[in-house]
Amino acid sequence: MAIHFKQRPGLVAYITCGDPTLDVSREVALAAIRAGADVIELGVPFSDPVADGPVIQRASERALQHGTNLIGVLEVAKQLRQQSNAGLIIFSYLNPILQFGLDKFCAAAAEAGVDGALVTDLPVEEAAEYLRAMKAHKLAPVFLAAPTSPEKRLRDVAKHSRGFVYAISRTGITGARQELAGDARSLVERLRVHTKLPIAVGFGVSTPEQFAEVGGFADAAVVGSAIVQRIEQNPGQEAAAVSEFLSSLTGTAQEAVGKS
Amino acid sequence: MEETTSNAQNSEANPALGKPDKQLRVRAVRGRFGSYGGRYVPETLMAALQELETAYAVARKDKAFRDEFHRLLADFAGRPTPLFLAERLTQQLGGARIYLKREDLLHTGAHKINNCIGQALLARRMGKHRIIAETGAGQHGVATATVCALFGMECVVYMGTEDMRRQELNVFRMKLLGTEVRGVDSGSRTLKDAINEAMRDWVTNVRTTHYLLGSVLGAHPYPTMVRDFHRVIGQEARKQVLKAEGRLPSAVIACVGGGSNAIGVFYEFIKDREVRLIGVEAGGRGHSLGEHAARFDGGGPGVLQGTYSYVLQDLAGQIALTHSVSAGLDYPAIGPEHAWLHDQGRAEYVSASDQEALDACLRLARMEGIIPALESAHAIAECIKRAPKMDKSDIVIVNVSGRGDKDIGILRENVAF
Ligand SMILES: Cc1ncc(COP(=O)(O)O)c(C=O)c1O
Repeated sequence: MAIHFKQRPGLVAYITCGDPTLDVSREVALAAIRAGADVIELGVPFSDPVADGPVIQRASERALQHGTNLIGVLEVAKQLRQQSNAGLIIFSYLNPILQFGLDKFCAAAAEAGVDGALVTDLPVEEAAEYLRAMKAHKLAPVFLAAPTSPEKRLRDVAKHSRGFVYAISRTGITGARQELAGDARSLVERLRVHTKLPIAVGFGVSTPEQFAEVGGFADAAVVGSAIVQRIEQNPGQEAAAVSEFLSSLTGTAQEAVGKS
Repeated sequence: MEETTSNAQNSEANPALGKPDKQLRVRAVRGRFGSYGGRYVPETLMAALQELETAYAVARKDKAFRDEFHRLLADFAGRPTPLFLAERLTQQLGGARIYLKREDLLHTGAHKINNCIGQALLARRMGKHRIIAETGAGQHGVATATVCALFGMECVVYMGTEDMRRQELNVFRMKLLGTEVRGVDSGSRTLKDAINEAMRDWVTNVRTTHYLLGSVLGAHPYPTMVRDFHRVIGQEARKQVLKAEGRLPSAVIACVGGGSNAIGVFYEFIKDREVRLIGVEAGGRGHSLGEHAARFDGGGPGVLQGTYSYVLQDLAGQIALTHSVSAGLDYPAIGPEHAWLHDQGRAEYVSASDQEALDACLRLARMEGIIPALESAHAIAECIKRAPKMDKSDIVIVNVSGRGDKDIGILRENVAF
């Protein structure tokens, strides 16, 4: 299992694979790892990303325009695994995985050196077959916990997750926000009761201040839209832009820890 | 809707349908039709769907809720709707006796109001005063705007900008009723994209907002609940045809977008095995992917917008674009209960092309003095193909799900005099 957070907060970096190309996605992922990312979430673009805000919607559209698919994403994972020990998670909507075949997907992911998967629109109740296949291939299923999840659901989410649990900072879709909602801290506290796994907080983390703030109550922060936005805004220099941005987050976090 | 209304999983108990397949038993969530249906949504929405499921389970057993629902259906929406014998069309086609179930005569002009009244009552019970909805043809949007005006609720309707263009009249009607219409500019700019955007709003505002979904689509409990609110169509039609003819029809025909008017008129006849149930999908302008919305003719099982059903998609599981002259049928997935009826062979699904629907629209207008919605015209088109081959003793019921006023702009572009 390569899911391990070296510092606090650990850094989980999301990228939409194939935006603008799979080669660039691989370079960006390597840059993110060099800038301190512990886990890379490799996003599989989907035509109807209901849980995503405009930034990731646009990235998905760009990636799909030149036919990015799950096979390509797994290929990126394989190349990354040859060069790095960082945690690798496939982040997808259910339908692309379903059409590929649940078991075939898990076999191919394990073969590529992937550590786990997160399927946005697959809640624990519907996940029996998926969990069986994931287990058979020693992959870590990561489930989402939301501020609206009641206790029983948090317990189930914690029980079925491996590697880490992903706590959504607020009700809503992905995208950068000025402030982290107050929901995040109390959700992490409620979740803690049910699990010893690391808890990563995501949805809206985009500034060094927010990153440091998450470090105060959770094990890791997930940064997604803010990375995807840098990729969008820096054509030709994607990896450098993401590297600079992520260093600013991890650097600040270390300072904050150092001061206290 | 009645207390005896069966729940999705109770469809197991429907003797006409036999036993569900094996896959059902390994699924944990209720709301399955065979292996179809379920609840595939982001975690943030799960609690709200459970709350809705519970609220609905309690409400449908509550006599006060049912009474108010039926009172509004009668006094506000104008139920029961007539079952009209289309004599001239019958004569001209020379086969089966054709009856039209006149949902087009309902307030706001389509069957959609049945479901809107039911869900608005439910939202009020749950203390949710902000309503969001998607709309394709604009009929569900207008019906939602109407009940929100009636109940004094805030209302936001999402609509693809392509649909706003082709169903312009309904956009204005919604605004007149005090609703905010938000244009959706992504994807094909039609119904699917409007649902995506409504789901994003719901994920964000789920604590205060009820999502008034307009068809038998989406995550459990929507497909079951929306079907229950439309069952009244078939209940009335069955009684009416028995009264008029003393026997059951040979066939019931309805157009199928998401499938709400079709399941509404079919449901009461499912147990009558001798009655053929025929759903008509949008054949669009061609057979290749992207040119039509016939899910049973090129689609396969997949998950879209919360439910597992037949979906038009490519090999990688990306959802296909669709085309239909009628905005209400222009959608890549079909309600999960239809998927099941299809696989069981209890209902059959065919398609009618854009041109056939336009022709049928004109024909009904001139033969019977009824201008149907272009959605409903797909059902008329199938009737026109089928009735001549049937016996004069056969009876066919066609559900005229809505009226055609909203389509005047499209008709003007497409019909030459
Ligand atoms: C008049 C009419 N008929 C049919 C439909 C299709 O929906 P459904 O298949 O849910 O009845 C619509 C949808 O907008 C409609 O307006």
